[in-house]
Amino acid sequence: MKFSESWLRSFVDPAVKGGDLSHLLTMAGLEVEEEESVAPAFDGVVVAEVLAVARHPDADRLKVCRVDTGDGQGPRQIVCGAPNAAAGLKVPCALPGARLPGGVAIEAAKVRGVESAGMLCSARELGISDDASGLLALPAAAPVGQDIRDYLDLDDRLLTLKLTPNRADCLSLTGIAREVSALTGTPASYPTAAASPVSTEACRRIVLDAPEACPLYCGRVIAGVDAKAPTPDWMKRRLERSGIRSISALVDITNYVMLECGQPLHAFDNRKLDGAIHARLARAGEKIVLLNEQTLELADDVLLIADERRPVALAGIMGGKDSGIGLETTEMFLESAFFAPKALAGRARRYDFASDASHRFERGVDFGACRQALERASHLILEICGGQAGPLCAAQATLPARAPIRLRLARVDKVLGIALGAPRIAELFTRLGLVFTRDGDDFIVTPPSYRFDIEIEEDLIEEIARLHGYDEIPAPPPKARLLMPPQTETARPLWRVRQILADRGFQEVVNFAFVEEAWEADFNANNAPIRLANPIASQMSVMRSTLVGGLVANVATNLKRKQNPIRVFETGRCFFRDPAGLPVKGFHQPWKLAALAYGGALPEQWGAPSRAVDFYDIKGELELLLAPFAARFEKTAHPALHPGRGARVLVDGREIGFIGELHPRWAQKYELPLAPALFELDLEALKKARLPRYAEVSRLPAAFRDLAVVVDQKLELQAILDGLAKNRPSIVQDIRLFDIYTGKGIGQGEKSLAFRIVMQDTQRTLQDTEVDAAVQQLVEYLRQAFAARLRV
Amino acid sequence: MLNPEQIAQDAAAAFAATDDPDALEQIKARYLGKSGRITELLKGMAALSSEEKKTTGAAINRAKTAIEAALERRREALREQALAARLAGESLDVSLPGRGEPRGGLHPVTRTQERVEALFRSIGFEVADGPEIEGDFQNFAALNMPKDHPARSMHDTFYLLDENGRVAEDILLRTHTSPIQVRYMQAHVARHARLGTMPEIRIIAPGRVYRVDSDATHSPVFHQVEGLWIGEQVSFADLKGVVAEFLRRFFESDDLQVRFRPSFFPFTEPSAEIDVAFMSGVLEGRWLEIAGCGMVHPNVLRHVGIDPEKYLGFAFGMGLDRLTMLRYGVNDLRLFFDGDLRFLRQFV
Repeated sequence: MKFSESWLRSFVDPAVKGGDLSHLLTMAGLEVEEEESVAPAFDGVVVAEVLAVARHPDADRLKVCRVDTGDGQGPRQIVCGAPNAAAGLKVPCALPGARLPGGVAIEAAKVRGVESAGMLCSARELGISDDASGLLALPAAAPVGQDIRDYLDLDDRLLTLKLTPNRADCLSLTGIAREVSALTGTPASYPTAAASPVSTEACRRIVLDAPEACPLYCGRVIAGVDAKAPTPDWMKRRLERSGIRSISALVDITNYVMLECGQPLHAFDNRKLDGAIHARLARAGEKIVLLNEQTLELADDVLLIADERRPVALAGIMGGKDSGIGLETTEMFLESAFFAPKALAGRARRYDFASDASHRFERGVDFGACRQALERASHLILEICGGQAGPLCAAQATLPARAPIRLRLARVDKVLGIALGAPRIAELFTRLGLVFTRDGDDFIVTPPSYRFDIEIEEDLIEEIARLHGYDEIPAPPPKARLLMPPQTETARPLWRVRQILADRGFQEVVNFAFVEEAWEADFNANNAPIRLANPIASQMSVMRSTLVGGLVANVATNLKRKQNPIRVFETGRCFFRDPAGLPVKGFHQPWKLAALAYGGALPEQWGAPSRAVDFYDIKGELELLLAPFAARFEKTAHPALHPGRGARVLVDGREIGFIGELHPRWAQKYELPLAPALFELDLEALKKARLPRYAEVSRLPAAFRDLAVVVDQKLELQAILDGLAKNRPSIVQDIRLFDIYTGKGIGQGEKSLAFRIVMQDTQRTLQDTEVDAAVQQLVEYLRQAFAARLRV
Repeated sequence: MLNPEQIAQDAAAAFAATDDPDALEQIKARYLGKSGRITELLKGMAALSSEEKKTTGAAINRAKTAIEAALERRREALREQALAARLAGESLDVSLPGRGEPRGGLHPVTRTQERVEALFRSIGFEVADGPEIEGDFQNFAALNMPKDHPARSMHDTFYLLDENGRVAEDILLRTHTSPIQVRYMQAHVARHARLGTMPEIRIIAPGRVYRVDSDATHSPVFHQVEGLWIGEQVSFADLKGVVAEFLRRFFESDDLQVRFRPSFFPFTEPSAEIDVAFMSGVLEGRWLEIAGCGMVHPNVLRHVGIDPEKYLGFAFGMGLDRLTMLRYGVNDLRLFFDGDLRFLRQFV
């Protein structure tokens, strides 16, 4: 809501000025979003009349003007270059001694040898607008000699309020004035209009077919109007300063009254209406062509204004094209009605537009001022456009009730945390114009018709706090009972998980949860992704079910920025359709963690050979992250991964994610010269921790034996370890692979695995013979189970 | 016969003259070996009288002890010399960089989130979480924003399509973190349904939220943190106290100006917008909107089954991205979602 301060001050003129007024409004909940001056600072400029224009003797483009500036000293001579300088024109004139915007000082001087005692000004030279095409032409009636700042009201300021949806009552100058009056205690006066004299009997019957949606409809025929009459300058100026373009007198008047008192009006061409006016709901499929040329097919919950034949307006939103007024209109039907907020809510938005009227009706328009607005507009129309007014015809059903609200003093104290006392509350209510009675300690308040936001006790408490001042409410440290929240040692907080990865060189990123559709297909073979109904761009059109796509894209963008190596990770929710999904039915939304390493295993450095990061690097990071829990890795064909270099990750037999090198096809498609190594895990699995339990440490020495066996190249280590674990003698505590060898001395298609075997007994020292026997047992097992032979 | 003392002096001089440990041992043999000088002397003693044996023997023994001591000193000196030489050879360029990799880091918004969580944990708030695909009820209706409520126009909402390509009914991407408080309160009420009384609720709920909005100052995905305190005696003054204190601690600025001004949210009443102003820095003296808050609207409490006559409390919500930008001087929101390592590494 943008308005002119001087217009406001014509209603209420408190002592508080300038920025202080803005602050006052802001701190009362009417946030002043912007304040601007109508014109920059300047002085010494008056209204002048050009009496005569002659050519400059020495310059083709210049004119020598005789100008009356109203100083009683006779005409003065001013040289001017403007093309529109002409005798009889009234213009602003900067007198010698004037200071124009930007500090330009005006002095009497010779211009090309001709005396010039001042300067005639364009709008741009005064900083009013960008128009520098010629002198600012003033109306013929402008009083010569008057300071131009006074004449054009240039000391005015424009304020823009960012109103919250509950304060529709402040979508008018009347409403803002009411608020300023309450805040400052300065009395306000509002424009009134007596009932217009009725000079024609023309009238229309009004039928309220949907009395809940439209419980009050007033209208009036005004015949013989001059639609071409000019809008008075004062009205034009106030409209323009409120951000509304002047169109024609009739339209301007309806807009003016809307700004003045908050009541949207609509003007029909009375000759284009047929019979009674109905306020009714649309029939499904009914069509209307609006003023903005848009054709709508309507649903049956849209309120219409219709005549006997067809819809003529979307009630409270926009008029129809073929019933509106134009410059040819001579007879109008002026509407001032109350449409219930619920009947209009969301309708305009459904058709993807908004109007000043719908904005107000959706939030609530003062039904108590409906007739008054019609009279005010009639009065202005008769004054400006002439014509004969018909009687005010109205139909009224049940208007919204304003039920009395009980306010308990103790409740105010409890909610606000301060004791205000009944006298203060009574004072605040009085200033707000809230009518109340007392019932013991309680106030019984009846809200006024213009307040749609006061329905319950809390609404009144908010009004009290607001007017008393939020600043006046103290902000002490709160009191509460001290309770120690549980600290579950078997749960690992998310920040700890993130910190481990960060400490291992991974940089956390945050990617959008909606992604390109191709990512879902490529990285998760998901061809039926969850689609957004209204994505902002096609590359953000489906919900991700894996974090991999984002990380791959991170690599691509960072490669362009010459970053290498790249290690990134993200934690975030992924999204799946799942009929059993909870808590939102139909969707499974687990948290995932994904990490990706690309490029060098280490940054280029003098002290370590450079090599590309691979599966075992990223696997090491994953194992470190999971510790103390150990995972199993089973080869799998995951759509994102190299088929020979990908595995699913299991902990305690439960699959928690996948790990591997990116499929070379995707590396190529996403323009990565090397294959990134990555993993993605269910975050839930990483949030577990283990409660340590003490086990006795043996004081007896352990025996170590190394064992190298040759097996088939394709045999996976896990199979051997699993077999050994099941078939080991009891003294074997640990079997660990420490070397793999292929090449000279080992047959084609074979590999040599070297294990270190740790043997120990908690009760006694082991003898060499039993150690040897244990190793022999293992060798024998390996031979039988895996056709392994000892490497010699 | 040679003077033992002289021999000892010769030996000491000979020891001192060599730097080679092997040579030293050979020199030692010349004096103390089987046919060494001292041994020779001892052999020559046989010809002496017992009187002479006594004095000469003593002199030889002194010489022998002196030689052994000189030898040991020289050995030690050579060992020291050798060690010094080895150490000199092993000297490193200690200014060369260490081997390994640099640390990574957390995302700046995560960093902020953890700070916020820690500050609120310190006064007994729990951290709560909730789904990002949400129901219309939790995101809007339960928060006193029925369908077609004008306040919904401030939440440009992403909707989803169902399997048949139709707009899924009552399903959306949450536009704020407030649905988390709805779910938390519902669960809290259910947990304590059988008790006559309900313990206080003190939670904060950080998370990603979504709005159809994308320009220099808006991202379609951003982060909020929601706070909620419900009890039998929680007032607007408490709200001011907690949030103002939090902001001063978060920005580590005791002179941070904090103001509460009336505003409107359908789910709180009275409602306030919170502005801060720094007393130094590039933003000095400017009021900056940082949070919305208010006393939880009685309808919201009723929606989740809490009696608003018995319990009341406050809720607040703020943008984690905005807190991060103000805290670290980041001037472009989009940097948070761009994955640019040159930017992100600044927060290691």
